[in-house]
Amino acid sequence: MSERMEKNEKTTSDQSAEVSEKPKKEAPAPKPKKDPRDRLYKPKGRPLTMASSPYSQTKDNVPKIMWCVSLALTPAVIGAVVFFGLKAVFMISTSILAAMVTELVITRIRKQPDTLDDGSAFLTGLLLALTLPPTFPVSGCVLGSIFAIAIGKQIFGGLGCNIFNPALLGRAFLQASFPVKMTTWVLPRYADMNAYTGAVSPDAITGATPLGLLKYEKIFTHLKPLLIGNVGGSLGETSALALLAGGIFLLILRHADWRIPVGFLGSVAVFGGIFWMVDPATYPSPLFHLLSGGLLLGAFFMATDMVTSPITIKGTWIYSVGAGLILVIIRLFGGLPEGVMYSILLMNGLTPLINRFTRPKFFGEARA
Amino acid sequence: MKLRTFKKGIHPGEYKEFSHDKKIEQMPLPEQVYIPLQQHIGAPCEPLVKKGDTVKTGQVIGRSSAYVSAPVHASITGIVKAVDKFPHPLGMRVEMVHIERTGDEDDWELLSIPENWEKAPRVELIKLINEAGIVGMGGAAFPTHVKLNPPADKKIDSFILNGVECEPYLTSDHRLMVEYTDQILAGMNIIMSLLKVENGYIGIENNKPDAIEMMSKRVKDLGYSFQVVPLEVKYPQGAEKMLIESVLHRKVPAGGLPMDVGVVVNNVATAKAVADAVLEGKPLVERVTTVTGDGIVHPKNLLTRIGAPFNDLVEFCGGVKDETTMVFMGGPMMGQAQYDLSVPVIKAAGGIVCNTSKMITMVEHFPCIRCGACVDACPMYLLPTKLAKLTEHKKYEEAEKLGIQNCIECGSCAFSCPAHIPLVQWLRVGKMRVSELKRKQKAS
Repeated sequence: MSERMEKNEKTTSDQSAEVSEKPKKEAPAPKPKKDPRDRLYKPKGRPLTMASSPYSQTKDNVPKIMWCVSLALTPAVIGAVVFFGLKAVFMISTSILAAMVTELVITRIRKQPDTLDDGSAFLTGLLLALTLPPTFPVSGCVLGSIFAIAIGKQIFGGLGCNIFNPALLGRAFLQASFPVKMTTWVLPRYADMNAYTGAVSPDAITGATPLGLLKYEKIFTHLKPLLIGNVGGSLGETSALALLAGGIFLLILRHADWRIPVGFLGSVAVFGGIFWMVDPATYPSPLFHLLSGGLLLGAFFMATDMVTSPITIKGTWIYSVGAGLILVIIRLFGGLPEGVMYSILLMNGLTPLINRFTRPKFFGEARA
Repeated sequence: MKLRTFKKGIHPGEYKEFSHDKKIEQMPLPEQVYIPLQQHIGAPCEPLVKKGDTVKTGQVIGRSSAYVSAPVHASITGIVKAVDKFPHPLGMRVEMVHIERTGDEDDWELLSIPENWEKAPRVELIKLINEAGIVGMGGAAFPTHVKLNPPADKKIDSFILNGVECEPYLTSDHRLMVEYTDQILAGMNIIMSLLKVENGYIGIENNKPDAIEMMSKRVKDLGYSFQVVPLEVKYPQGAEKMLIESVLHRKVPAGGLPMDVGVVVNNVATAKAVADAVLEGKPLVERVTTVTGDGIVHPKNLLTRIGAPFNDLVEFCGGVKDETTMVFMGGPMMGQAQYDLSVPVIKAAGGIVCNTSKMITMVEHFPCIRCGACVDACPMYLLPTKLAKLTEHKKYEEAEKLGIQNCIECGSCAFSCPAHIPLVQWLRVGKMRVSELKRKQKAS
């Protein structure tokens, strides 16, 4: 089964010895009789490689996917730097560095091969930074990254074994540990609060997010600043345009399952829309739901995390629609203005169960 | 018009350009042949000759009394040098008859054929097809006479001729359809009259426009009522169950056979062999094999005798380039790697592919990231990643419940896995273990 090199010079007895060395210890086969055709043919002095089919494989690989997702976040990173200045650069690079160092240290302790070049630690650090408020201390970023990698990923056994999205788990940890710092916002450099809400409210100047404004002040934010990103919020979540550009890039490359953003955003629009139609004065429009908070970031880059989302097609729909439903409930009726993190983490937790109950029918299987 | 096809599956690189326009060339008679006594699924044959015997081309040299079996024939005229175990392209040592050619004459021993096959009794024709040693030449090598004689309670209403050739590189069926069109259609006609079916379909993938055109033209010229069905290019469309879904939109039940939905499928090479046997009395002693790949000097489609060593074919094509690192029999999706090119051409050998490391790259593999690419690709609607894990952890019973036995080992999952996990290998091991387990349970 594994690649096996057969040397030309080898006699039959050598070969049988090699076979018996294989991991499955079975009784060694009786020595084959000397065979006149043991002169093995090979192209000039070169043994042929043995392997099992298929001999052709997709050009995709895991690092490529991880680096592509990181690349797709570039517009969001640029947006963060434009709106929040050098502090953003500092936070993002520190988070990434901390995540990668943690990964390296833990794989060394576990005596596993280095996994830095697969890009997953880089991506975790980057995603985590993008979900933090611009005022968050850099030391906190380090703490969050360490938690994300150590508890979010490596404790389960590394890449592919974790149940929850590590970046979101890191953020949840920070939210629980530093609730005040995690909800202190500043306005982007070019923002004019009064212009974008249309309401003259001195409180608004402190820089609340559009969702916070809605929840605590009942002030609706206009859509145009939301689209461009000139509003208060986490580093990477403010600009809907930047996130959309990156997300569409991912979908085109097929490194994200299109069903997840479609199901997630679609269900938010539908469930949010129902409330809006009932009472447009109290509840925001579906478009506001879609463009505000971390929804786009979550829908395109977090919920689509392959490791923590279902593998079956039906399961993917259940997962994404479920996340949308939870999100609307938290946003409209929960104590917090923002629900992306919890909705995704909750559905992550349900993923194994969803996988189990959405096994596709076998080809030709009769099932009631 | 949207072409017919099945759901899921993959589309690997085709690489047919090496040999798709190369005319079929007749190989010179080999100096010696090694003819495996078992070249089919079913009971192995007993040798009928011994060392020192002289044999004629087409003479029966091995036979079994079992029903699911097919005799084997000498493919050259010569002297039996040995009946012993020799290396086989499927990786083990197998009982073979080694024949050395005497002189240049090709002395045939033909089967006795009816003057007019249309008037001959059905039983006799099926016996003739069995006597000719015809097996499925697409790869599975199931004895054809068994397929043509379905149990009475299975009502067969359609026949599909498989000209899909979905494996990359291989072009032998393609060339056969272009160059031996009439023989193939005659064979199809014989098969359909044996099955007593009216509806005949010829499934050909759309990447063989000349074959589609040629087959359609001759069907019309010769006045057959067959329907040529161009199909979207997709792997594994050549698998019986997928082909039936593509052509007729019928789904063979899990664990069932094509005849359960009233269909019989045969490969084009098999149809030609049937025509050769019934019309000319020729037993199955030769086949068309593609010798191709970027490691071969002159890729060709060869008409070769069964039992000729791979060496002979490769040398006839100008030999392999120095950089060649891998040679496999069959296509890259389901083929078998070779370490010794002295192995013989068998009845189901559609191609010999020689590749350099440019084509074949050994990739490191990563942990599964549960991306679901394998689930998207699996044409049998299985969960390959889960089945592989269950096999890895020896949970065979659970793997059986999740349908591991439905796997057709097409390799679509392993092809599409971005972590490059050898999924199909795990599934093969799992299937084997599940069968063992079942056998044990039956025994106890």
